[in-house]
Amino acid sequence: MRLLFAAASSVSILVVALIFVFLFKEGFPFVREPGLGALFGQRWVPVSFQKVQFGILPLILGSGLVTVLATALALPFGVGGAVYIAEIAGVREREILKPFIEFLAAIPSVVLGFFGLVVLAPAVKAVFGLSTGLNALSGALLLALMAIPTIVSISEDAIRSVPQSYREASLALGATAVETTWRVTVPAALSGIVAAAMLGMGRVVGETMAVLMVTGNAPILTLSPFESVRTMTATIAAEMGEVTYGSTHYQALFWVGIVLLLFTFLLNLVSHWVLGTQRKA
Amino acid sequence: MIHEFSLKGISMIRTYAPLLFFTTLVLCSGCGPSQTGGQSAETKEGAYITIKGSDTLVHLVTAWAEAYMEAHPGVEISVTGGGSGTGIAALLNGTTDICAASREMSQDEKTQAAGKGLQVQEQTVARDAIVVVVHPDNPVNALTLEQLAKIFEGAYVKWSDVGGGEDDIIVLSRESSSGTYAFFQEHVLKKQDYSPKARLMPATSAIVQAVAQDANAIGYVGLGYAAEAKGTVKAVGVKVDASALAVQPSEATVRDASYSVARALYFYVPAQATEAVKAFVQFCQGETGQQIVEENGFVPVQ
Repeated sequence: MRLLFAAASSVSILVVALIFVFLFKEGFPFVREPGLGALFGQRWVPVSFQKVQFGILPLILGSGLVTVLATALALPFGVGGAVYIAEIAGVREREILKPFIEFLAAIPSVVLGFFGLVVLAPAVKAVFGLSTGLNALSGALLLALMAIPTIVSISEDAIRSVPQSYREASLALGATAVETTWRVTVPAALSGIVAAAMLGMGRVVGETMAVLMVTGNAPILTLSPFESVRTMTATIAAEMGEVTYGSTHYQALFWVGIVLLLFTFLLNLVSHWVLGTQRKA
Repeated sequence: MIHEFSLKGISMIRTYAPLLFFTTLVLCSGCGPSQTGGQSAETKEGAYITIKGSDTLVHLVTAWAEAYMEAHPGVEISVTGGGSGTGIAALLNGTTDICAASREMSQDEKTQAAGKGLQVQEQTVARDAIVVVVHPDNPVNALTLEQLAKIFEGAYVKWSDVGGGEDDIIVLSRESSSGTYAFFQEHVLKKQDYSPKARLMPATSAIVQAVAQDANAIGYVGLGYAAEAKGTVKAVGVKVDASALAVQPSEATVRDASYSVARALYFYVPAQATEAVKAFVQFCQGETGQQIVEENGFVPVQ
């Protein structure tokens, strides 16, 4: 019986290992021809009558830019919302707010993408006076919408699990309610909030459909939120369906997948590390 | 095995966006023979045909399949999109009976087919024109092939370069996986690369949406879609060179070959296909089939 449960719990380890092996197996021939150096180019031109180029820097930068922007946009709303729901809102407010915020997470990302294309992109264009709304900022706004429920939900749990005695002690020492919230409760819940932010980021990095529809997908090297970007996920989703098997392009896409996996792996590692140091402190 | 698995997963994602807009991707009407009596006799008459490939063709093939199934109650036809490349890959792997393609098979793919001992026949089933579309408020009504090439290569960046306003041109293209992308690149860009700033849209409908929203955008779509989107976007006339007359894309101009950005659409069928498959291809190329071509905004094969 014990063995059975042990097996059940290790299945996911096996799956992760298999995925790693599979990615490297499919991508490996690329190392010999044209060589890994080709991945460090500055242009991604997978289909060309002139010269195909598989530089994934614009894709990495695109994913990075959108992720950082989305997280920066989502954090204030996410943490602010969590504090309000956990500390300030009455029971009835909480009962209305929480299900609606969680419902936001249940909207399929294609539907959000469609909304982004028809409503959000023209709005971004009008507000910032741009020539088009198909850019990194539109993508980041949509992704922030997706990350907010995760951040709110997990942060709120963390804030609520701070022992009541902390708050009572703080109030007894003469701190106001606001001081108690920001100086005692939130710092005590910080590890949970950081974990929430990391999970939100994880969702953002891996999201495909919504960014595919609103970021314009032009592989440009840029740090401007008003330029079009092409993310790693969008590249794989858009190109894998058509690519000839075993071709250099096919292998290059697997390398994009490997880099993406390393990205999320690092993100997980960092969040574990942060949680670990928080616990010790 | 693993290859095939990943193919299905990814092409599902790819077909997901068009799916949302067009709703008809998989078509499995319940008109198979009733299984209650004489199954052995029924199965001889009944057949199941799968067609996979170009998103451009998905509407048309669905219409053919519907008409054919109505006339032949024993036959079931399933139609999926995903792109010409996906269809060809499926044909080579033996997971589809017919591949619908908006481009010719590449040399690579032909070599692969030969390697698998597969003799693939090319059947022209319809013609299509690629229409360059802009916002209805855009003052530009016609462009030469050279101007189009320069716009999509990124050499012209302002509308004033081609007789329009002072604004930047927003270039919209399909994804590199699309047959339309490849055709446009070969015949309009003369094999040059697209501008790196060209925005790559995941579906034809996304291009129509974006052009309808944006006064400075320019994009390209199939003739059938352009007819459907009339009013929300404007089709640009195309001149072969600066001295030539501008030709508006239409069925008549494609047929008399005066409109220059036109192409053939194909079915790829293995030589060893079943009789049922061959009969369906003949139906599509026949009189009723070509009438359906016309009804769907494409141009019949002469």
